[in-house]
Amino acid sequence: MSQSTEETTTATSRRGAKGAESVNTLDGIGGLGAPPPDAFLSVRDLRVHFPTDDGVVKSVDGLSFDVARGKTLGIVGESGSGKSVTSMSVMGLHKPGTVNMTGSIRLDGTELVGASEDTVRELRGKRMAMIFQDPLSAMHPFYTVGHQIIEAYRIHNKVSTGVAKKHAIDMLGRVGIPEPSSRVDDYPHQFSGGMRQRAMIAMALSCDPELLIADEPTTALDVTVQAQILDLIRDLQSEFNSAVVLITHDLGVVAELSDDIMVMYAGRAVEYAATDDVFTTPQHPYTWGLLGSMPRLDRVRTERLRPIKGAPPSLINVPSGCPFHPRCAYADRTGGLSQSERPPFAEVLPRHYAACHLTPAERTEIWENEIRPTL
Amino acid sequence: MLTYLVRRLLAAIVLLFIVSAVVFVIFFLVPRIGGATADDLASRYVGKSAGQAQIHAQAVRLGFTDPIWVQYGRFVKGVLTGADYDTGAGIDHCPAPCLGYSFITQNPVLPDLLDRLPVTAILAAGAAFLWLVGGVATGVISALWRGSFLDRGLMGVALAGVSLPIFFTGLLSLTIFSYGLKWTYAGGASPMDATSPLDLVHRMLLPWITLAFLYAAAYARLTRAGMLETMNEDYIRTARAKGLKERDVIVKHGLRSALTPILTIFGLDLGLLLGGAVLTETTFSLQGIGFYAVQAINNNDLPKVLGVTLFGAVFVIFASLIVDLLYAVLDPRVRVS
Repeated sequence: MSQSTEETTTATSRRGAKGAESVNTLDGIGGLGAPPPDAFLSVRDLRVHFPTDDGVVKSVDGLSFDVARGKTLGIVGESGSGKSVTSMSVMGLHKPGTVNMTGSIRLDGTELVGASEDTVRELRGKRMAMIFQDPLSAMHPFYTVGHQIIEAYRIHNKVSTGVAKKHAIDMLGRVGIPEPSSRVDDYPHQFSGGMRQRAMIAMALSCDPELLIADEPTTALDVTVQAQILDLIRDLQSEFNSAVVLITHDLGVVAELSDDIMVMYAGRAVEYAATDDVFTTPQHPYTWGLLGSMPRLDRVRTERLRPIKGAPPSLINVPSGCPFHPRCAYADRTGGLSQSERPPFAEVLPRHYAACHLTPAERTEIWENEIRPTL
Repeated sequence: MLTYLVRRLLAAIVLLFIVSAVVFVIFFLVPRIGGATADDLASRYVGKSAGQAQIHAQAVRLGFTDPIWVQYGRFVKGVLTGADYDTGAGIDHCPAPCLGYSFITQNPVLPDLLDRLPVTAILAAGAAFLWLVGGVATGVISALWRGSFLDRGLMGVALAGVSLPIFFTGLLSLTIFSYGLKWTYAGGASPMDATSPLDLVHRMLLPWITLAFLYAAAYARLTRAGMLETMNEDYIRTARAKGLKERDVIVKHGLRSALTPILTIFGLDLGLLLGGAVLTETTFSLQGIGFYAVQAINNNDLPKVLGVTLFGAVFVIFASLIVDLLYAVLDPRVRVS
C-alpha cells in the first residue's frame, strides 16, 4: 500500500471532485468520477438486467469500481448481491440475448460493453482470466488436466502441442503441483480439491493475463487448503503483476488479500474503500452486519455471532429508498429518508465511499459505541 | 481389466443359458402345462392326413415323449458338442454350436440364420449411420436454438417419429416413393443382389430411412436433452472463459459429454437390431433374421424360434459388453473404479 500512496492520492482527489457532481447526475449511484490513470479495469455505472417472465431482474444496478495492475479488489456480499454477475459481465460470459448490459467496462482502455463477441473472446483467457468456485465441476471431466491447460494456451499462442505441454507442465509446477510432468496426464477427478484449484489457477494464468478474476476461489475447499490457495494467488499476483478481482462472501479472505474492498448489496455498491479503512472505520450498517457475523480467531468472544436479520431482497422488486432499509437496525433514525429516497453513493471520508442516509456523526457514534465493542 | 473381461464373458455365458432355458420353457413346457400331450405337439409337424400312429412316431422322433429336462439337456448338449438328427431319410450331423433342426424344413437352424445375417446387418448398419448422424445433428440444433420455431418444428417431427410405427411409415413411404413416384424398388429388393454400391443404396434407401426415422427421433430427443444439460455445466463456462470459439465449445466440450450416454444406447440398439429388425424386414420383404423369426413363429417351428431368440440374445449381450468397455474409454472417471 505505502509505495502507491502518492498515486492514489492524486486519483482520490480527482475522484472526489467528480464524485460530488455525479451524486446528482447519476441518480446518486455512480459516485466515482473518471477512472484514475493507473486503472487497468474500470467499471462505470454498470447495469446488468435480465428480463424474465416475472419481471426484470436487476442483478447489477449502477456499479463503478477500478482495479490497477498489481492491485487486488475484494468484492464482498451475500449470495444474490450481484458479485458473480459482475464478474461474468466483465468476462463477457452472459448468454447473448438474455441480458441487457449498459454502462462501461474498460479493460486497459478497451470498451467491453457493446463490443463484438469476437473482440471480447480474443481478450478472454489472454488478457483476462477467471478462476471459478468449484474446480471439480469447472474442469471438463473427460479431458486430462494437461489437455485443458494446453487448450487454453494454444487458443492464444500459435505453438505446437509439444511446446504447449512443456508450458502446461511448467505452469503446474509453478502453482505447486508435485511431479507436474506425470500429473499433467491425470484427469481432474484424480486430483484432490486443493490440487484441482491449483490446476485451475495454472490454466487461468497460462496466458499471463493482466486481469485475474477469482470468483469464490476457496469456498469449495478445506480451511487449511484455503490459506494455501490464497497465498498462491498473492504470490502469483506479485510475480505476474496482474490486477486481481477477488469475489467472496468471506470478509476474512478479502482482509488477507485485498488492497480495496467493495461491499455489494442488491446489485449496488454500498461501501467502497481501502481494506484497512473498511475494517477500522466502516461506514455502512450492512458492512457492520458483515463484520458482526464474521468469526474471529484472534480474540475471545463474549457473545455469539450476530447474523444479519432477514434475507437478501428480490432483485425484481428492490425495496424503495435504501435497499437495505428493511433489514437495517438504524433505518428509523433517518426520519423516513431511508424508506423513500435512495442514498447517494458519496465520498464520506477521503477515498472512502458509502451509500447511507445516516449523518457522519451518527455513523461514527454507532460504530464506536454500539458495534466495535461487540466485535 | 483382463479379470473384468473374463468375469463379464462368464456372466454372458450364464445369461445365455438362462435365456435359452426361459425360451425353452415358454415354447416346450407351457403348452404341456396347458394340457397338450406329446402327440398334440407332434401333430403340427406331420401331414394333415396322418394317422395316430404316425403322429406318435413323430412325437418320439422329435423327443416330445421325453421329460422336459431331458429335452433341454439334449438342446444344450447340441449347442456345446453338436448333435445328430434323424431326418427321416437318414442321420444328419449338426456340428457345434448346433441350434437344432427345423421341425418343418429339416434344415439346421444356425446356417439359415447366418445366411440371413448379412441382409439384417446391411439394413441395421445403414439405418444406424443415418439415425446417428441425423438424430444427433437434429438434437444439437434443437438444443442450441431452444424454444425457437426450428426447435419446435424439429421436435414435432421427432415426436411423430417415435409415435408412428414402422408398418405405417414403411407402407406410406412405399406407397409414395415406390408405387407412386416409382423412385425405388417395390419392396423385396434384396441387398444381396445389388450390382454396385449405388444399386445397394437404391435398394436399401427406403428401408434405411424408415428404420432410421424411428430411431433418429429418439436420438434427437436424447441429444437435445443431453446438450441442454451439458451446455449449462460449469466446464462449458470455463471453456468460454478460456476464449475458445463457440463452435469448439459446443463440439469439443458440449457434444463430447452429451454423446457419451448416447453412444452406449447406440451400441445396445444396434445389437438388438442385429437380432432382427422384424417390422422393417417384414414391411419391405427383406429376407433377414427378423423375417425368418416371423416365419418361424407363424409356422410354430420351435427350434427356429429358439434359435433366433438365442442368436439375438448373443448380439444384445455382446453389444452391452462392448458398450461397457467403450464407456470406460469414453469416460475416464469409470476407468479407475
